[in-house]
Amino acid sequence: MKVKSTQAKIGDWLFVVICVIIAAICVIPMVNLAAKSLSGTEFLIRHEVYLWPKGFSLEAYQTVLSDTKYQRAFVWTAVLTLICTILSLTMTALCAYPLIFPGLKGRGVINVFITITMFFNAGTIPNYLLMNDLHLLENPLVLILPSCLSIYNMIIMRSFFYGIPDSLRESAEIDGASFFQILLKIYVPLSKPVFASLALFYAVGRWNGYGDALMYIKTNKQYFPLQLLLYNILNNVNAVEVAAQEGFNQPGLKDSLKCATVMFATVPILLIYPWLQRYFIAGVTMGAVKE
Amino acid sequence: MAKQKAEKTKYVVPKSKFNKTYIKRYWQLYALLLLPIIYLIVFKYLPMRYIIIAFKEYKLNMPLSKMPWASVKGQTDALKYFKAAFKDIDFKRALWNTVKLNLLDLIMGFPAPIIFALILNELCFKRFKKVVQTIAYMPHFLSWVIIASLATQLLAPTDGLVNQLITHLGGNSVPFLDDPSHWVGTYVGAGVWQNFGWGSIIYLASIASINTELYEAASVDGAGRFKKMWHVTLPGIKPTIVVLLIMNLGYIMGGGFERPWAMKNNLVIDVAEVISTYVYKVGIQRLKISLTTAVGLFQSVVGLFFLLTANTISRKLGERGIW
Repeated sequence: MKVKSTQAKIGDWLFVVICVIIAAICVIPMVNLAAKSLSGTEFLIRHEVYLWPKGFSLEAYQTVLSDTKYQRAFVWTAVLTLICTILSLTMTALCAYPLIFPGLKGRGVINVFITITMFFNAGTIPNYLLMNDLHLLENPLVLILPSCLSIYNMIIMRSFFYGIPDSLRESAEIDGASFFQILLKIYVPLSKPVFASLALFYAVGRWNGYGDALMYIKTNKQYFPLQLLLYNILNNVNAVEVAAQEGFNQPGLKDSLKCATVMFATVPILLIYPWLQRYFIAGVTMGAVKE
Repeated sequence: MAKQKAEKTKYVVPKSKFNKTYIKRYWQLYALLLLPIIYLIVFKYLPMRYIIIAFKEYKLNMPLSKMPWASVKGQTDALKYFKAAFKDIDFKRALWNTVKLNLLDLIMGFPAPIIFALILNELCFKRFKKVVQTIAYMPHFLSWVIIASLATQLLAPTDGLVNQLITHLGGNSVPFLDDPSHWVGTYVGAGVWQNFGWGSIIYLASIASINTELYEAASVDGAGRFKKMWHVTLPGIKPTIVVLLIMNLGYIMGGGFERPWAMKNNLVIDVAEVISTYVYKVGIQRLKISLTTAVGLFQSVVGLFFLLTANTISRKLGERGIW
């Protein structure tokens, strides 16, 4: 018996070691980047920075944080993310809630109407031409409206709504509450976990997205979200403009600046997601298990 | 829809007619649905109107109905642009790359979350397990721009951490980003890195629902850790694995834009160009509108076919489809 328990212990530690290695693979790229962003120029030129900053310096961050271009993009993306999240959650709830009523006539038709959009996409060019015809090209609304409802997320919310006992709804109906009041007073307060989870999904999607801005916005650079700005800088699009900025001419500083900009765009999400873990886990499992 | 059927048996559907009392009672629900329906019509159904351009000659500032049908030397040939696409060496390359990268993603990326979930399940230190999970979910929250830049920093030929380690150990620097075949590995690896933690959530939930008595019974029968993993855990999550595998196969023609666009570079364009990036370049940048609409339609239709097939197979096996 004793032998067996020590064997088990060795096995446990084996898995601990494997997990430590996996976790290291996850964080090392970020740590490497953070170290580079905090290092002195001369160490970066000599390629001596690994996982810990050498010649500690906040210069790159000072440059990034005092650059109005980044400040503006950061604030703009934050505002955009907030608007998108609130709008998307509202739309998702508006779509999910009526569909849980078994007595709603036309529910089957509406469900088919919705499901079709999950499977068939008109394609990039038709979408582009539509935006053109709606006068949404170069318009900041193009970053908000076309993505303001995700059917996958709607299904997750609907599954959650199904889980709320009908008796609550029915007794409120008997008390004379309207369906809209029931949504606001019963369903929304009881659905905080799913709202938190979907808010995270929508917010992360908007904060990280750049494809729509790349396609639909070319000249109005003030509407570039942070990720597109980042893409342009990292890939030296508009090289002349970038080179003209001080700092980007010096090779070492350029590296630390790049790393600092990436950190600048990433840290907000890294600070938020761990706190919402139990909600998004519930969201992911709900989407798959119930449907 | 399987679900709806279940609903219908579960609830007693009040039999009411579509009359005044019904409308008086239910109008609010239709009002609530109004905005989502308008959204779907405008942003999901209206674009379908433009699909007709695939069969026409696109003219700027001309209403769709007035555009002439696609023609070759005066002869109407509505399929002209589909034929042109399949003669276009760049499109054929993009098509092949799309399928190849998606298949590699599936082969490498699909088992990773399962293996990770199995490993996590063996951890008996709860707090440690939670920390590992939190860390493993992190890559999912990074944008592809960020992941691409992490890859550039980490895998650069001379000053990247990985190559420094390799040369330090006496090896030769590996061109992870510049050489086409290595780039494919990097691309697939980045996908695995981004998704293995996130993907494991679903399997962990599935594992958690396995009856613990099965493990106890297996212990009594003298099964060790790996025997239990093989004979209890894996069979327990097999339904989930099968459904997800089939549905992933359904997306084999799909493909986002942001990941290949962020990760590609000029040296590897032969392997990195996929349909979505091809459409963007040729359609939006070079304005070959009809050609790229045709390409998009081809991709959507083939994608639809794969998805419907996958869903049917999934149902036939007695599993849930995705709708």
